[in-house]
Amino acid sequence: MLDSTTAKPRSFQEIILRLQTYWAAKGCAILQPYDMEVGAGTFHPATTLRALGSNAWAAAYVQPSRRPTDGRYGENPNRLQHYYQYQVIIKPSPPDLQDLYLGSLQAIGIDMDLHDIRFVEDDWESPTLGAWGLGWEVWCDGMEVSQFTYFQQVGGHDCAPVSGELTYGLERLAMYVLGIDHVMDMPFNAPDAPIPLSYGDVFRQTEEEYSRWNFDVADTEVLLRHFEEAEAECAAILARPEEDPKTGRRIVMAHPAYDQCIKASHIFNLLDARGVISVTERQAYIGRVRALAKMCADAFVTTRAGGHAA
Amino acid sequence: MPDLLIELFSEEIPARMQAKAAEDLKKKVTDGLVEAGLTYAGAAGFATPRRLALAVEGLTAQSPTLREERRGPKVGAPDKAVEGFLRGAGVTRDQLEERDDKKGRFYYASVVTPGRPAAEIVTEVLEATVRGFPWPKSMRWGSGSLRWVRPLHRILCVLSDESGDHVVDLEIDGIRAGQTTEGHRFMGDGAFDVTSFHDYETRLKRAKVILSAEERADTIWHDATNMAFAQGLEVVEDKGLLREVAGLVEWPVVLMGEIGADFLDLPPEVLQTSMKEHQKFFSVRNPATGRIEKFVTVANIETADHGATILAGNQKVLAARLSDAKFFWENDLRVAQDDGLTAWTARLDNVTFHNKLGSQKDRIERIARLAREIAPKVGAEPDQAYLAALVAKADLSSEMVYEFPELQGLMGRYYAEAAGLPADVAAACQEHYAPLGPSDAVPTAPVSVAVAMADKIDTLTGFWAIDEKPTGSKDPFALRRAALGVIRLVLVNGLRMHLDRFIDAQLVRHEKHAHRDADDAELQVLDALLDEIAEHGVFGGALRSVRDRLSGQDTAEAAQGTLLRSVGDQVPDLSTDLLAFFHDRLKVHLREEGIRHDVIDACLEMEGGDDIALLVSRSQALQAFMSTDDGENLVQGFKRANNILAQAEEKDGVEYSFGPDPKFAEQEAEKALFAALDAAEARIAPAMKAEDYAAAMAAMAGLRAPIDAFFEAVQVNAENQVVRRNRLNLLARIRQTCLQVADLTQLEG
Repeated sequence: MLDSTTAKPRSFQEIILRLQTYWAAKGCAILQPYDMEVGAGTFHPATTLRALGSNAWAAAYVQPSRRPTDGRYGENPNRLQHYYQYQVIIKPSPPDLQDLYLGSLQAIGIDMDLHDIRFVEDDWESPTLGAWGLGWEVWCDGMEVSQFTYFQQVGGHDCAPVSGELTYGLERLAMYVLGIDHVMDMPFNAPDAPIPLSYGDVFRQTEEEYSRWNFDVADTEVLLRHFEEAEAECAAILARPEEDPKTGRRIVMAHPAYDQCIKASHIFNLLDARGVISVTERQAYIGRVRALAKMCADAFVTTRAGGHAA
Repeated sequence: MPDLLIELFSEEIPARMQAKAAEDLKKKVTDGLVEAGLTYAGAAGFATPRRLALAVEGLTAQSPTLREERRGPKVGAPDKAVEGFLRGAGVTRDQLEERDDKKGRFYYASVVTPGRPAAEIVTEVLEATVRGFPWPKSMRWGSGSLRWVRPLHRILCVLSDESGDHVVDLEIDGIRAGQTTEGHRFMGDGAFDVTSFHDYETRLKRAKVILSAEERADTIWHDATNMAFAQGLEVVEDKGLLREVAGLVEWPVVLMGEIGADFLDLPPEVLQTSMKEHQKFFSVRNPATGRIEKFVTVANIETADHGATILAGNQKVLAARLSDAKFFWENDLRVAQDDGLTAWTARLDNVTFHNKLGSQKDRIERIARLAREIAPKVGAEPDQAYLAALVAKADLSSEMVYEFPELQGLMGRYYAEAAGLPADVAAACQEHYAPLGPSDAVPTAPVSVAVAMADKIDTLTGFWAIDEKPTGSKDPFALRRAALGVIRLVLVNGLRMHLDRFIDAQLVRHEKHAHRDADDAELQVLDALLDEIAEHGVFGGALRSVRDRLSGQDTAEAAQGTLLRSVGDQVPDLSTDLLAFFHDRLKVHLREEGIRHDVIDACLEMEGGDDIALLVSRSQALQAFMSTDDGENLVQGFKRANNILAQAEEKDGVEYSFGPDPKFAEQEAEKALFAALDAAEARIAPAMKAEDYAAAMAAMAGLRAPIDAFFEAVQVNAENQVVRRNRLNLLARIRQTCLQVADLTQLEG
């Protein structure tokens, strides 16, 4: 099935598998999702941290992403509080990145001679990560199918070399390719599998459960406390001396600190969904998460992976 | 005469930047060429999504040779000096000439700066242009350090003349200039070489790229209108959208699609906004019904199925968008019909307007109270204005406006109509935001005017109360625009009103909000104060009468409450400061209307500066009067009297303002001046009352002759102190008389 890339894919998972195969063939390390709750694939340290420093890097992965405010109890045809992004990050951005990207659309069955593909200006900015870049949203027949960004800054640091980042909203893209109108109706595995499963079979119940929890049940006092704890822990980790007293080695704990930043960011999203953050407070919370992201970026660039000469 | 062709081929350039970039490329390159001594016959810049191009015709082949003669050191000067001169001039000793002039015998050198070939100059100019290109936002990519709007892939730079075409020698950040380009991303046939602009444009077209943005826009408009016309429909004109779409395609293919029947009942503005903002579609209207029935989208590719797949995809995306819009519209209508708009206003209690100024609902209630007070001054029914203000921002709670903020106001009108509110009230929902800019239309319907004024005055007083005034270029709350809005509302509608009382009342309301936790008695005192202002219009008087009433009534605790005192202390200062801000905006506005700044200043010095319409008619009268002979007479007569008076006052250390007595008048000219003043004042008083400033000033101008005659004949500084004082008081009477329209001392010249 995977060999016949000219044939139309038939399921959600087949589209994911084809992307994995395609980007593996183009030389990307196929990573696994990060094991924490994040709002977007960009938060994976493989993107946020690896975009920093001078080391070359090429990775692709699926990242489950959570946006608590987008929950619709599984009823909305397009909106989900939990969905998948496919993320590709290559540093330095290769000169033929646009062509590589178009190749990936072909790989999942989009015929360039029949469709109208457009690169429409869209500057990307993540206030929580202190990051921005220039690029486009890519349109296929008027529908946004990907974000294409050249990172200019992350965590307040200029990116040099520059990373090229591609983000595919997998459900939306797959629904388009498969011709599905309601996400819950989309075949997850092959329709002729012994046990065919739809996206709804897999996720309808979780959407319902999380929508209720996100909007009405999550204990805001506990969340507020967790936010503050994550914030404090992040700073505490980075405040440790670089030299590990046990091994005598220099070990800067950029990644454990960054985990706390991710945690704080997700808790903020939950608090937002619970409606307990006012418009003015919102900016302050975003600023606090950004401060953590900056500290982690500052730490990461002093590590080997961050391009720091040992 | 060579021609120059340049193309900078990159990844997709944002549509909104293309036109200016094409112009900048032309300007930067041609300016550079001219500065280096070249001339050219013509130049044109072009932009498509993937390229900027420039064609320069009839360029001179090289810059002219420049000759100049330089004088060196004296003959016989030390060798070192001569050698230094030789180095600087780039000549050898045997090329020097010796010549005499007045100061002796000197060495001379003829220095020839040879012309440089065009290619060499182009290399320098293009490199400087690319490195310093004024993109609004630029980026780096890969490992390079060059900045461009998106990654730059190729530089094409060819000079062509009778002898053939030559690639200009240039390399920027590893990109070597060549003569290769490529056509359409999907329909082109790979890279190809070009030799001249004509060749370039022709081959591009063959490779499915229309170089000229204008031609692309024309094609789109032509095809779209034809397609619509064939079905008895018309395309809704939108020049901005047309320009943008022409910047999104290299080969426009126009497709017309259906809006599902389910969506045709949406308000046309909703259809139009949704299609334009999200999809960049043009709306297609049925001229008979005015309804939007179809859309036009512009693809960038010709396909074997004639766009069927593309159109189907676009229709699907649109249907998803419009189902959202329809869902919002129907839900909103249900709320408006069942619960009325006040239910939405109530929900605005949860929406913060500003953390120090309270929620949107707090704000709306303040605006409504003020609108009721303004109403009689603008010819509106007070209760109607109050109601309109209460619902005017209700649509901010609607789902449609949440999704499309640009539809605020307009949706309010639809929903107010659906809720069965009167037409004036519905119109105010839409119109009370206006005027938004200096050229935006000003509402004239009385209810709309009352709410529009109240809205803006509330915003201004609020930010004044919390000390968030605009500074320099920073005006995050658009307060300058709000003040100009009030000014234009007053002027366009010819409204006569004192702004002070409305400013004071609203400042008190903001104070009330700021101290909402104070005890009830204190807050009730502020309500009493508001009632007094509404009744009598003067803050000071209102404050006094509230104080008197309280002390008389033995509610001593509240009367001595700190709140009333602090409000009494703060409001007048804030109010004065805000009025000065209005005056600044008015000055800017009037200067644009051609009123001299000194004329405005002269009028601003007068009482009643919070009556903007009066201030303006005074300024206009003064400006018109100053351009007549009588204007000159007025100023000269006044100045002559005033200068002498001012000198005496400074010397004596007193201000002469005591009425002069004709019985001390000794000379004829003096008596005549008394008589002239009596006569003038008899004419001035009724003219002032009728606000006929021209007539008043004409009467003042008539004083010049008697004033001149007075100074000819009379010595002001008489020996007799009584006579002297009386004469100075007579001059003071002239001053007083002449300053009734404007402070003439402010006038220049």
